[in-house]
Parts: sequence; structure tokens; C-alpha cells
Amino acid sequence: MIDLFKDLVNWASGPTVLFTIATLGLLAAFRFTQVWSKTSAKVFFAVLAVFYTASMWDPDFFLIVAKPDNIPITGVIFLVFFFTWFAMHQGIQNDRRSAGEGEVLEKQESEKVWVWPDLVYTEMLAMVILSIVLLVWSILLAAPLEQPANPADSPNPSKAPWYFLGLQEMLVYFDPWLAGVVFPTLIIVGLMAIPYIDTNPKGNGYFTFKERKAEIVIFLFGFLILWCLLVVSGTFLRGPNWNFFGPYEYWDVHRVEPLLNVNVSDFFWVKLLGRPLPTGGFFAALMREWLGILMVGAYLFVLPVVMSWPRDKFPTGFKWLSCHHYFEKMGATRYYLGVSLFLMMMSLPIKMYLRWAFNLKYIVAFPEIFFNI
Amino acid sequence: MLNRILAPLSAAWKEATDSQVWTSIFRHGKPVSNRNRALVMMSNVFLHLHPVKSRKAGIKLRYTWCMGGITFFLFLVLTFTGLLLMFYYRPTVEYAYADIVDLQEHVPLGIMRELHRWGAHAMVITVWLHMLRVFMTGSYKPPREFNWGIGVVLLVLTLLLSFTGYLLPWDQLAIWAIAVGSNMARATPLLGTEGPLSASLTLGDISLINAGNDARFALLGARSVGQPTLLRFYVLHCVGLPLVAAFLMAVHFWRVRKDGGISGPM
Ligand code: HEM
Repeated sequence: MIDLFKDLVNWASGPTVLFTIATLGLLAAFRFTQVWSKTSAKVFFAVLAVFYTASMWDPDFFLIVAKPDNIPITGVIFLVFFFTWFAMHQGIQNDRRSAGEGEVLEKQESEKVWVWPDLVYTEMLAMVILSIVLLVWSILLAAPLEQPANPADSPNPSKAPWYFLGLQEMLVYFDPWLAGVVFPTLIIVGLMAIPYIDTNPKGNGYFTFKERKAEIVIFLFGFLILWCLLVVSGTFLRGPNWNFFGPYEYWDVHRVEPLLNVNVSDFFWVKLLGRPLPTGGFFAALMREWLGILMVGAYLFVLPVVMSWPRDKFPTGFKWLSCHHYFEKMGATRYYLGVSLFLMMMSLPIKMYLRWAFNLKYIVAFPEIFFNI
Repeated sequence: MLNRILAPLSAAWKEATDSQVWTSIFRHGKPVSNRNRALVMMSNVFLHLHPVKSRKAGIKLRYTWCMGGITFFLFLVLTFTGLLLMFYYRPTVEYAYADIVDLQEHVPLGIMRELHRWGAHAMVITVWLHMLRVFMTGSYKPPREFNWGIGVVLLVLTLLLSFTGYLLPWDQLAIWAIAVGSNMARATPLLGTEGPLSASLTLGDISLINAGNDARFALLGARSVGQPTLLRFYVLHCVGLPLVAAFLMAVHFWRVRKDGGISGPM
């Protein structure tokens, strides 16, 4: 019975299943907003706490989770869940208020109050509590110190600090120039661009969901799934050789996973035409990769234009692709900037599913100049 | 009975607060009258970061989660504990590791390293949560666009501070985490040896980008993580990045006030 449960959890935490479940779960929670209630939060946290505590008896689970430097990850899991719930919960409550006769809570509490004592005391209390937490944490748990540095002996797995493990996880799907350089830059630029892209005047200065659905869904998908989930799974579920291990599995260094990844060029030339890949020189390389180049070009440069068309230009079944109303509302510059950043962000899940479904390695591959997408 | 203990205590307290020393430090009476509440906020350099009065919703814990404040407090804790660590730690390949061991085993009150490390982890988390709060309340919208941008830079600085600090214990965990992280720089387009297009940067037959001058080399000060890296990261961690972060925090707090205080519905 317990073994069956462990097998189930191990299976469900595999990259494919976990990512899919988490994404669908998040989307469902946006669709059925009742789930952000106090009761479901209590149930959810009770289940999470029981699962966590009970799992501590499993030696493999304990080994990973109780590593001193992994403690923050447990913090991330509980805190991020809690505060996401807290924000959404208040948003939904405000939406109810404004749907009825009332005003949002933050509007009802518009009167001015003295900062001393109301705020100053809160801050002092926060400082005292935080100091106690830090002191207790520091007394109970020694900071980790491993063997002295030895440049000749690289540990397996070699992991970046935990907050960069989302990026390291991306290395599975993208080359370092994308995962380590281009995407981090885009994350920073994209975050900074948010206030200039988002022209929705509503929802400024109070919690709401209804009035800012698109913004919140996109941001939380990025933050919760593409960032936090990858950090957590990168820490807890990636073992030697960056192989996946379930939470109740032993990190076996000798486990070998076959890598049978193929490129788009292989699909086209070898599988479809039954020919060898074109070789010799620059133009042969271009010939080899033409389909991939076309796909990436279409995704980045044609799709945004197509998406700006009005709904009636789309055949039935594709009408959801139309973002014409955003184009109208935001203007061309904001629209193209926003859509391009969004498509860049979505390229990560797209590449993930292409890998899982077709073992696809590169869409465009010029290993000659380290230019692989 | 209780009164017998309390009465002298409160008399002593009154004596102390009436003394010349006390009144020279705290210029105003107890903040029990509205006038004094205002004066206290304005005459204290730390408190004057705050306005005298604020919208009720904006100072509620359920609105700000106090997350920005907590992040700032953690920054102060880290500055203080970091300073104490600097008394003992020497950033050389020869001494670094031994100094860390000493810090934990021989230095009295030897939890400074713990406070510093756990505080740093906590700060990374609280910055994320602060950003989540600001996003979910739509507080980046006009007129606070610019302050959101400052915030993003502070987020990056927090991660970089944490990253540079990670190397300093000079143990296996440290050098390999930095090795993995900095390997990415090798792939910088144009500027990394294994980055797209960098091979095209040539002068005649000589390629301009090699392992001795590419982006990774600039980061590490060497071809692999070594003494120059340790010194470089130490200087950035203890001087460069904290200065920039403190400077931007000043701008950040200033702008919170100038943008109309904590956000609220119009
Ligand atoms: C070292 C990091 C940071 C510190 C110490 C800090 C500190 C603070 C403090 C004390 C406040 C006052 C209100 C509150 O506590 O929520 C604040 C507000 C604000 N912060 Fe930060 N912050 C940091 C990082 C960030 C980041 C990463 C962002 C966003 C990307 C950000 C954006 C903002 C904005 C827009 C406000 C105004 C919010 C409002 O008016 O409701 N900050 N910050």
C-alpha cells in the first residue's frame, strides 16, 4: 500500500507529469475561483503538511529535503503557496464586493491614520519576530561546509545555487546561450517592461482578479510554474547527471538514461525524405536547417502579426488566437513588445513538450557556430 | 505588592525621560498627542522615511505583508553580520576555508555565519514575495512604473549578492556552484568562446575571443574558478554590490514616498 503510494508519487513528480498537472491545476484554479477559499486553503495546507511530515520517514526523501541548503526550498514551497493564496483570496473577495453594492476593502479603508503607532508598532513586531526566527534557525541548524575546494574533483550532480536552478533546468531544453544568457536577460527586461506594456488602468492599488485576469494569469504562470516549480524540482528531483529522480528514489550515480534526441533537420531529411543531411559549406548548412529556420521565424515574426488580426479572419477553431482587441487597446508598439515577450516565455513550455513528445533536440542547429535553438 | 515594584520603576522611568540626556536625544515628548506623533516622525532620521499619516489600508499587514520592510531589515542584518565575518575571513585560497571553520568552531557566539547564510536565503525569498505582492496589488501601474524598475534591479542585485557570497567559504559546494553558474557566460553571444557568432569576430587569422579574454574570463578573472575569482567575488560581495544596492534602496524608498505613498485605489 505504502509502496504503491510512493510509486505513484514518484511517477507524478516526473518532469512531464508534474509540469502538466501543475499547469492544468493552476488554470483550473483560475477558472473555478471558488477554490481560493479559506476552507480549501486549510485542506490544502493540511494535506501538504501531512505529506511532508510523513515523507520524512522515507530515507531518500529525508536525505534531500533535510540538507541544510535545501531548507529554503521547503520555505519557498509553503510561503509561495500561502502568499499566492492570500493574494488571490483577497482579490476574489474584493471582486465579490465590487460585483455587489460594496466597494473594495482598500477603498473602504481610505481614511488617514497616524503612522505612529499603527505602522511603527507593526514594523517593530515584524523585526522582533524575524530576529527570533533567524536566531532559532541559526542555533538549531549549522551552515553547511563541505570538503575544501578541489578543482580536480567535480561532484555529481554539480548544482548552481538553488535560486538559479530554474535556469539550470532550462539547460535540459535549451543551449547555454539561451538558458544562461538570453532568457535571464529577457526575464529582467520583461519584468521591467511590465508597467509600460500593461495599459489596463484597473486594479491599481487593491487586490482583484476579475479586473486583471490576463495579467495575473500570465504573471503567475511565469512565476509559479516556470520559475518556482523549476527551482523546486531542480533542487529536489534532479540527481546525478541531472537525471530525474522521484522524491522517494535513491540518487543512483550509475543510472543511465538513453538520449535519442533528434533535430528538426533529421526529421525532414532523414525520416521524411530518406536522404542524408546535406553537407559541405555554408549553403548546405542553410539547406539542412531551412525548415527549422522557417519555424522559428514564423513563430517569432509572423505569429505576432497574425495574432493581431480580427477574429473573423480566423477559421473556426482558431479564433482564440486572435488578440485583435489587445492590438486595438494597446497600440502597435506595446502590442508587439508584449506579444514577443510572451511568445519568448512560452517557448520554454513549447520546447519542453516537443522534447517529451518527439525527443526533439534542436529546431535549428548550427553546431559549427554554437547557434542552436 | 505589584504596585510596590512598579511605582519606583515608573518613577525611575520618568526621571530618565525627563533627564537632560534623554531630552537631548529625543527632542519631543511621548507620541501620545497628535502633535507629538507628527513631530516624532519628522525629527527622527529613521522614522522620517515614513509619512506622518497614511491611508489605513496601506499600512495593514494584509496589504503589504510588510515584505519590502522585511527585505530591508534582512539587508541590515546581513550588513551587520557580514561586517563581523569580515573581521575573521581572509579571501585567499590558502586561508578562506580554514577561516570559515574557525568562525564556526572557535569564535565566541559563533552563529554569525549561520545568521548571515540563513538571512541571505531568507532575503532571496522575501524579495520574490515582495514582488509578488506588488504585482498582485497592481502597484507597478502609474505613477509607480519607475519604482518597479528600480525594484527589478534590486531583485537582480539581491541574487548577485547571494551568488557572489556563495563562493567565499571555498568548499566543494562553493566552487562547483560558481563553476556551473559561470559556465553559462562562456556561451554569451559574440563575447563567449562558445557563444553564437563569437568565432566570426576575427582580425585576419586571429580570433578575437578566446578563453583568456571572453565573458567568462571577465567574470572569473581567470580561465577557471581560482584565486582571482575569489578576490573578485569578495570585493563585489563586500563592497561593490552592497553599495549599489544601498544606493538603489534609498532611491526606492524615496520614490515610494514621492509616488504618493503606498498604493491604494484612486
Ligand atoms: C532589496 C530589495 C527590495 C527592498 C528592500 C524593497 C523595499 C520596499 C519597501 C520597504 C516598500 C514599502 C512597501 C512595502 O513594504 O511593500 C517597497 C515598495 C515597493 N517596491 Fe520594493 N523593495 C525591494 C525590491 C523590489 C522589487 C524586486 C520590486 C518589483 C519588481 C519592488 C517594487 C516596489 C514597488 C512598485 C513599491 C511600491 C508599492 C506600493 O506603493 O504599494 N521592490 N519596497
